[in-house]
Amino acid sequence: MKKHVLSVLVENNAGVLSRIAGLFSRRGYNINSLSVGESLDPGISRMTIVVKADDAILDQIKKQLNKQVSVLKVIDLKFNESIIRNLVLIKITATEKNRPYIIEIADIFKAKIMDVASKSLIIEVTGSENKIKALIALLKPYGIKELVQTGVTALERGNIDIDTHKKYDDN
Amino acid sequence: MKGGNKLQITGGKILIKCLLEQGVDTVFGFPGGTVLNIYDELYHHKTKIKHILTSHEQGAAHAADGYARSTGKVGVCIATSGPGATNLVTGIATAYMDSVPLIAITGNVPVSLLGKDSFQEIDIMGVTMPITKHNFIVKDVKDLAATIRKAFYLAQEGRPGPVLIDIPKDITIKKADYKAQKPKKITKMTEYITDKDIEKTLQMIETSQKPLIYAGGGIIWGEAEKELAQFVQTIQSPVCCSLMGISGFPADDPLYIGMVGMHGTKTASLATTHCDLMIVLGARFSDRVVGKLEQFAPGAKILHVDIDAAEINKNVQTHHHIIGDVKEVLKKINHKLKKQTHKKWLEQIKGWKTKYPLVYKKDKKLKPQYIIEKVYELTKNKAIVTTEVGQHQMWAAQYYSWNKARTFISSGGLGTMGFGLGAAIGTQVGNPKKRVLNIAGDGSFRMNCHELATAVEYELPVIIVLINNSALGMVRQWQNLFYDSRFSHTHLDHKTDFCKLAEAYGAVGLKLDKTEDVEKVIKKALALKRPVVIDCKIEREENVYPMVPPGKALQDIIIANEECDTGFQPGD
Repeated sequence: MKKHVLSVLVENNAGVLSRIAGLFSRRGYNINSLSVGESLDPGISRMTIVVKADDAILDQIKKQLNKQVSVLKVIDLKFNESIIRNLVLIKITATEKNRPYIIEIADIFKAKIMDVASKSLIIEVTGSENKIKALIALLKPYGIKELVQTGVTALERGNIDIDTHKKYDDN
Repeated sequence: MKGGNKLQITGGKILIKCLLEQGVDTVFGFPGGTVLNIYDELYHHKTKIKHILTSHEQGAAHAADGYARSTGKVGVCIATSGPGATNLVTGIATAYMDSVPLIAITGNVPVSLLGKDSFQEIDIMGVTMPITKHNFIVKDVKDLAATIRKAFYLAQEGRPGPVLIDIPKDITIKKADYKAQKPKKITKMTEYITDKDIEKTLQMIETSQKPLIYAGGGIIWGEAEKELAQFVQTIQSPVCCSLMGISGFPADDPLYIGMVGMHGTKTASLATTHCDLMIVLGARFSDRVVGKLEQFAPGAKILHVDIDAAEINKNVQTHHHIIGDVKEVLKKINHKLKKQTHKKWLEQIKGWKTKYPLVYKKDKKLKPQYIIEKVYELTKNKAIVTTEVGQHQMWAAQYYSWNKARTFISSGGLGTMGFGLGAAIGTQVGNPKKRVLNIAGDGSFRMNCHELATAVEYELPVIIVLINNSALGMVRQWQNLFYDSRFSHTHLDHKTDFCKLAEAYGAVGLKLDKTEDVEKVIKKALALKRPVVIDCKIEREENVYPMVPPGKALQDIIIANEECDTGFQPGD
């Protein structure tokens, strides 16, 4: 079972998130993360769904999504041909003593300090899964108070765009 | 008035006008608070739209479903909010599992009261999301006409299915512009059929020595019976059907080998096991058909034609597939197909048919299989038969000779007990010149027998052939075969006198308990031209054979009581 990133265009109307979530839960597909926002067209939203599945299940997931009336297009983004990002806000325990070291780590990861308080600071970082994992591992010893992630969002590299893709890519 | 043909009318009026646009002349429903305005409009339009008031909303949904299955048109049912809407749920799910074009219209509380736990409020959109092809709630009357048109289109295009439209009460009073519009033409899905697909298909067919056609409900919804018949004649292949495919190919044709699956024929099981090419047309490899997946069609290449891409490779891996309307696919194939012969294979098939016919013990006792054979003999292709769910349903599928499409109306996918009587009502309303019979078990009949009142009220001469074994037959059979005959709650006491029950509703009750009376009683029922319940007393011990025990391969099919020791453990 591998992780796959699906980019899905859906009609932006009430209940569409519920429909997609319901579809996954009903058929037993695993959602690792789901992020959604308006696309260029305010009537259309773009969802990025990370699923863990083998090829046969992935095929079914794409087809079942396509069957949904609210779903306009489903594409499977290839890892090495796409920009894949996750945004994380991390609140770390930080006193005068260790603040400089934390800031140093943040700089190396090109992360931003968004909040400073007497005993904590908030780091904002955007990056690939590996980058985020590495940063969190380095920050853990200092004491992570809490963190929040947006989940993965992604876009295909190059001149191609989602509208160029056909509905069924297997034939 | 400015704007030519535009009118400013209430949502209630818009709904009726849109129904009329779609050619709807019959609806099944039950009124209530939130649909008062809709029902007021139905009152004003009673000469244009016939409304059948059922005893329960479930009956209305099943009636709309039976109407759709037997006519090919969209069935429409209407219910009020809250409990009215939830009472439709089983009916909608039944239609969903069998891909029936159904429109369910539910009322809801006014928009300002939504989400506040109001009286008779229910999030029916949320409840029916998993069991509808799509659903809508209309929160602005300006969107109502477009929504209804879209709903009707969705219900019918591609793979048909039920669509629900939830209409808050204030939307039915508010006004909007209405302009009449012809319904969008439903085009057959052909965009994914390539010449390459057809070429490969022809190649596979021409190189096969032992082909088998497995036809499903898609043949009937696709109206492809003629194309299938031509295809079969040209390639000289045996044909088996899923439960939903029954009547899509004439049972009397010598190439028909029966239903395939758990209670199908042994010939069909052997054919699937030994064929080298399985041509699957509008079927979905239900677990009732496949048996043990690893041993299903072990020697065959699988060629799958279906309108729903999601069914391809869902249950069974295919070697080649075509996504598209089966009628159009068959037309293309038939156009280029060369005549085939498979003498040796057909000899083998014939041998199996002779060696393993459908049999039942013919003794003094009244047999359900005999009753069904007689029903066929006395109505031959002129009747439409609905069934409930259970042993009687399997006997009906096996022992009636289904030759005309849309004459076998049965809940396959969901297997809903209580479906048959409502469906028979809808079928009779949609086919006033045909005789309609409901083959029922006593358990199923008891669930929705109150719809007898509906049949009587609208003078629908449906005949209920009640296969009465005072038991929940199919469940009892499993307990008998796999649970050491621990009959847990499957014996129905029946202090109920079904004949008196029928009469209480204003129908006729006829008793039948002797084999020699079968012909006489059925003829009497047919002659009465009134709703009739024929209470046929049969033995509990009668089991449905053949049977593929759960978890076993199709070739392990059991054909009689003696082969009972399957070693099956509950929980397998």
